[in-house]
Amino acid sequence: MSELLLDTPLSGIRVQRTPRKWRLGPLLAVSFLGFLIIAAVLPQLFAHSDPLAIVPHDAFHPPGWAHWFGTDQSGRDIFSRVIYGTRQSLFIGLAATALAMSIAIVLGLLGGLGGAYLDRGVGWLLEILFAFPSLILALLFVAVFGSGIGPLIVATGLGGAPGYARMVRGQVLAVRNAGYIESAKALGHPPLRIIIRQLLPNAMRPLIVTLTMGVGQAIVWASALSFLGLGARPPAPEWGTMLSMGRDFIANAWWLTFFPGLFIVLTTLSTTVAGRYLQQRLEGRLA
Amino acid sequence: MSDKQLIVEGLSIEFAGQSVVRNLSFTLAPGKTLALVGESGSGKSVTARSLIGLAGAGARVTARTLSYGGQDLLSLSERGWRGLRGKGIGFVLQDALVSLDPLRPVGKEILEVLQTHDWGDRRSRPERVIELLEKVGVPEPRLRARQRPDQLSGGLRQRALIASALALSPGLLIADEPTTALDATVQAQILQVLQEIKARGDSLLIISHDLAVVAQLADEVLVLRHGEVVEQGPMDQVLRHPRHPYTRALLDAVPAEHARGTRLSPERNTVAAPPRPGADSPVVLKATQLGKRYVGPDQQSRQVVDDVSFELRAGRTLGIVGESGSGKTTVARIVLGLLEPDAGQVQFLDQPWSGAGDERVQEKHRRLYRRDISVIYQDPLSSFDPRWSVGQILADALDVAGIAPDQQPARIAQLLDQVRLPKELAVRRPLQLSGGQRQRVAIARAIASNPKVIICDEPVSALDVSVQAQVLDLLADLQATLGLAYLFISHDLGVIRHVSDDVLVMRHGKVVESATVETLFENPQHEYTRRLLGAVPRLPSAETTLVVPPLEAEDAAWLFDESRLWKIAI
Repeated sequence: MSELLLDTPLSGIRVQRTPRKWRLGPLLAVSFLGFLIIAAVLPQLFAHSDPLAIVPHDAFHPPGWAHWFGTDQSGRDIFSRVIYGTRQSLFIGLAATALAMSIAIVLGLLGGLGGAYLDRGVGWLLEILFAFPSLILALLFVAVFGSGIGPLIVATGLGGAPGYARMVRGQVLAVRNAGYIESAKALGHPPLRIIIRQLLPNAMRPLIVTLTMGVGQAIVWASALSFLGLGARPPAPEWGTMLSMGRDFIANAWWLTFFPGLFIVLTTLSTTVAGRYLQQRLEGRLA
Repeated sequence: MSDKQLIVEGLSIEFAGQSVVRNLSFTLAPGKTLALVGESGSGKSVTARSLIGLAGAGARVTARTLSYGGQDLLSLSERGWRGLRGKGIGFVLQDALVSLDPLRPVGKEILEVLQTHDWGDRRSRPERVIELLEKVGVPEPRLRARQRPDQLSGGLRQRALIASALALSPGLLIADEPTTALDATVQAQILQVLQEIKARGDSLLIISHDLAVVAQLADEVLVLRHGEVVEQGPMDQVLRHPRHPYTRALLDAVPAEHARGTRLSPERNTVAAPPRPGADSPVVLKATQLGKRYVGPDQQSRQVVDDVSFELRAGRTLGIVGESGSGKTTVARIVLGLLEPDAGQVQFLDQPWSGAGDERVQEKHRRLYRRDISVIYQDPLSSFDPRWSVGQILADALDVAGIAPDQQPARIAQLLDQVRLPKELAVRRPLQLSGGQRQRVAIARAIASNPKVIICDEPVSALDVSVQAQVLDLLADLQATLGLAYLFISHDLGVIRHVSDDVLVMRHGKVVESATVETLFENPQHEYTRRLLGAVPRLPSAETTLVVPPLEAEDAAWLFDESRLWKIAI
């Protein structure tokens, strides 16, 4: 009798723990990203020759057993250069996205919590930034502050910030009125603690996916700027720079541009596929 | 008038190999009413849906016999089902707001049903729509037919939905929790509509978790639990002589039938109740002439709270009862210091707590006393940070109470024990808990800082009757052991009667009556209070019949307005 009406645990909702099933796409994408990260940290694991070593009589070797991706006009091993270039590209992508998100969080919080006037001000600022195509904005920045990795990161980050800022603001506005924020207020938590411990983490949760995809986007942008000669300096192994250098020989030696380009495409594709997979998993859990 | 019989024999339903309904058999004779009673997860809704071929994707429905009016339902094609739905069997869902197309006027919705089934012609159909709306007691049917669901109150929406189910005069109407989301007086009106349908000789199949509701209507009742029938028989017999302990427990759980201090659930009674503090115990919370206005998008302002005053004394319970839109939740938010009043002030523990104008109190000052007052909401899930486990939720509350992190695990275990949850639950997330367990976690959080006052805003309204009984018992125990004072807000008079020492009846933002619980229920003074009391469904053994108040024109206008107000308040 006494067990009769005890709250039957989980009676209504059945938590089904299905074993994690990996579909092929996400599996490949995540593996490739893992490979890139290892390559960025320890390039010598995969590439045995010096990416900067000039061997004139080896110039323009097509892809083969000795040089998997062939060699360039100075006889440098392209496979090594692509692998060593991973570090730069990945670093630029991550740093630019982190910068974009930091700016976006500040603007988004100001807009979402700062009251009507501040919100309108932030809205205007974002609209002005939106009016410039991001790449033009980045070009302008590099033109003023000079080329190099630092300005490249800042330029790419600035270009991405308005889009994120708008998303953060929307999320902040939605989460601000959530029941658990009111509960936290009723418990007597000070505002700063509520923002840091509850509002921001919950507002950012749906943006994790966007961020993952944003890294790929940032890599493409940074490569584009490098391609235009505004990023890393030529001998340095960087995917965009390599594309730019190979452009002159594209009719005779396709491999100079093909392999760096392939890695840019694969990286972006992987971040997108992995991001989508993450989205499905997270949303599936939230629903 | 229906001459068709619904025969169900050995009905079983499975989802992905998991059996949700097992071996169910019943017969519904023409003109009779059958009630399927059970709590959430008992399989009652899916049973009803399987009768119109909508058990859901992946459902495997098997039966020895499943027929309506001699027609075998099991062999029906999708086309056949479509012909039967609406025409032969009408279906009314619990939530009219999601069942009606939000973009179409309700009249069009009903018209479409007639069109689909080729009823009448272009001229006779609109007349039929008005006739149907009249039939279910919608005042000013011509006006209402042109309104969209969001412009109608909950009661009118539910009527419109019933009207669309009745459009083709089906011989059988299935109603799934038709009154669960409604206020007491509106519920009584819908029950009356159903009673009229029954009186016309149609068959009714009612699904509910509330025995008191179906007692008004059903000839026969079927009590379901975990997909199995535990009791089946004539309504009267089941109510008066329940054979199965589960049915007995369901009956015991109806709070309106039991005076305060009695147990509603069969759980162990751990506390010998100490004498309750009298009406002379110190005042802990005092509200004086509170007022609050909202300005809507139409620039019209509405007085949501108007001249509300009360005193809450230590260790006692003050109930606030009223229908949706009466301003009771606004009062709760003002008292919690989450909303500034436009008029009046609140004193908490003899300190100014909140007020209008010169009486305004800074949140910084309030924060010092916040640990002495806490809140339990109707929907605990939304009041928890979705990222946190139960342990984290409680730890967050203990931070406020100034408990050092190294002492928190012990206190969390103690709190969980106090609300009678196993310690293992601390690692779970609220999403993985049942409704009752979630509310227990909310209660644990509310008592974490050893408060003196807890504001309970509809804390049991979303729960099944038996779970509600356990939670009410738990609240009573905690009050006795911890000396808590409750401000208990509910639309349910039965619950209010069971928990309160003093009661405040609110309507349209004003207090219409304020008295001790005995006086209010034995000798209600205000006409509105009497109407509210009359609308409470009681078990027939209580020898009271349902007195249905008519929907007055003034009320209809208010209900209509209120739906707009609801949007403003959000």
